[in-house]
Amino acid sequence: MLSIQQLHKSFGDLEVLNGIDLKVEQGKVVVVVGPSGSGKTTLLRCLNILETPTKGSVSIEGQTLDFDQKVSKKDIRTLRRKTGMVFQTYNLFPHKTALENVIEGPITVQKVDKSEAKEKGIHLLEKVGLGDKVDYYPFQLSGGQQQRVGIARALAMDPEVMLFDEPTSALDPELVGEVLRVMKELAQEGMTMVVVTHEMGFAKDVADEVIFMDNGSIVERGKPGHIFSNPKNERTRKFLNLINE
Amino acid sequence: MFLLNNLILSAAPNWDRYINIAESSFLPLLKGALVYSIPMAIISFIIGITIAVLTALFRISGIKILSGIARVYISIIRGTPLLVQLFIIFFGLPRVGINLDPLTAGIIGFSLNTGAYASEIIRAAILSIPKGQWESSYSIGMSYVQSLRRIILPQATRVSIPPLSNSFISLVKDTSLASTITVAEMFRKSQEIVANTYEPLLLYSEAALIYWIICFILSLGQDQIENRLNRYVKT
Ligand SMILES: Nc1ncnc2c1ncn2[C@@H]1O[C@H](COP(=O)(O)OP(=O)(O)O)[C@@H](O)[C@H]1O
Ligand SMILES: [Mg+2]
Repeated sequence: MLSIQQLHKSFGDLEVLNGIDLKVEQGKVVVVVGPSGSGKTTLLRCLNILETPTKGSVSIEGQTLDFDQKVSKKDIRTLRRKTGMVFQTYNLFPHKTALENVIEGPITVQKVDKSEAKEKGIHLLEKVGLGDKVDYYPFQLSGGQQQRVGIARALAMDPEVMLFDEPTSALDPELVGEVLRVMKELAQEGMTMVVVTHEMGFAKDVADEVIFMDNGSIVERGKPGHIFSNPKNERTRKFLNLINE
Repeated sequence: MFLLNNLILSAAPNWDRYINIAESSFLPLLKGALVYSIPMAIISFIIGITIAVLTALFRISGIKILSGIARVYISIIRGTPLLVQLFIIFFGLPRVGINLDPLTAGIIGFSLNTGAYASEIIRAAILSIPKGQWESSYSIGMSYVQSLRRIILPQATRVSIPPLSNSFISLVKDTSLASTITVAEMFRKSQEIVANTYEPLLLYSEAALIYWIICFILSLGQDQIENRLNRYVKT
């Protein structure tokens, strides 16, 4: 289970997150929506401490980091290893093949035996539909394929929670479906996920809860059907109208 | 008439003599290159690159003392002539009890010089790697050192190969400065032969030709390495 309490983040004088509370039960999928600049990316990056929160706490599967106190690098890395992150721009390692990207974490961090890691890596690439692309370099793959390698790379570390930051927003429209399909399968297998996306179809089908963020706060939350068909908050309504245009 | 004839004769090139000198000087020059110039360049380059990587890491460490040390070192080396550095090391240091043989003094000077210039190349290459590469390394649980070693430096290497190749080629030519601190490298050999034969144009041109051939071969090697390292980028 993942939970955050009264999470604050500021960059200098700029308050980007103003006290976020969130609980994600095991196996649940939370979709985060909201206008650009509302703090969605920062929230995800605080969950795996790519950004250090200014105040508040993050706990994942029994480990709690309280940022009101000093937090050690070691504790940050332990917490981080419980999460897998998928980036908007994939951020694959360009000098490594698809398979080498996937097995980098297991080999370097988990010290898994190389042949064992390879076996698992091939299995993961097959799972995301890239069994025939294991030896391709990122530049030889389409955006959708690269993003699926990104998902396999994150899964290779056996995370408790998967974090997705607009995983399809850099893709050509015809490539969005293949990535969403992989994510949907993951959700059905019971992966706990926090997904920032504006793919409303995905949210309706897969999300257990939708959160609407604005200006660094959660202004509305609820079941997807509820939020999309009957938003209470004025800003949520405006935003959804914009998206649906 | 007889006098004039004589003058023309003595001004006319004596080809046999030139060919003779060129032939007999070739091996000594080549030996100077193979035994001193090239090994001195290679050893200095290896040590220099090691210093350069450390200096570059000091500079980007964000730790004030370390980046300060790196800055001062780079500033001193880049702000003073290599020839002066070599003189200080070889002729100056004995005054404080440090006696170095010429070759060692040369290697120290060239290593320090390469270290300073190459560190700026390496620093720029590291900084040119997108931040997202660090972040995705961290996101799969890697530490700073692991990210640097496995992800950042391999990519920075590709970026820095062309400028570092230039540094190496310059270094090969700069080893001729070691002639001034009595290292028996190729250029000093050519000076010695000039002293005996009084044929500066011939001997110095011969030395230049050998430097040129060495650098030409090196630039072919550079192409090879670049092709190898470019295999993972679109061309
Ligand atoms: N590293 C940073 N330094 C300063 N400001 C930042 C930084 N990262 C994000 N911000 C600011 O924080 C706000 C929220 O950004 P972000 O979390 O990326 O929003 P979203 O993902 O919802 O578009 C924006 O105003 C952005 O400019
Ligand atoms: Mg964002």
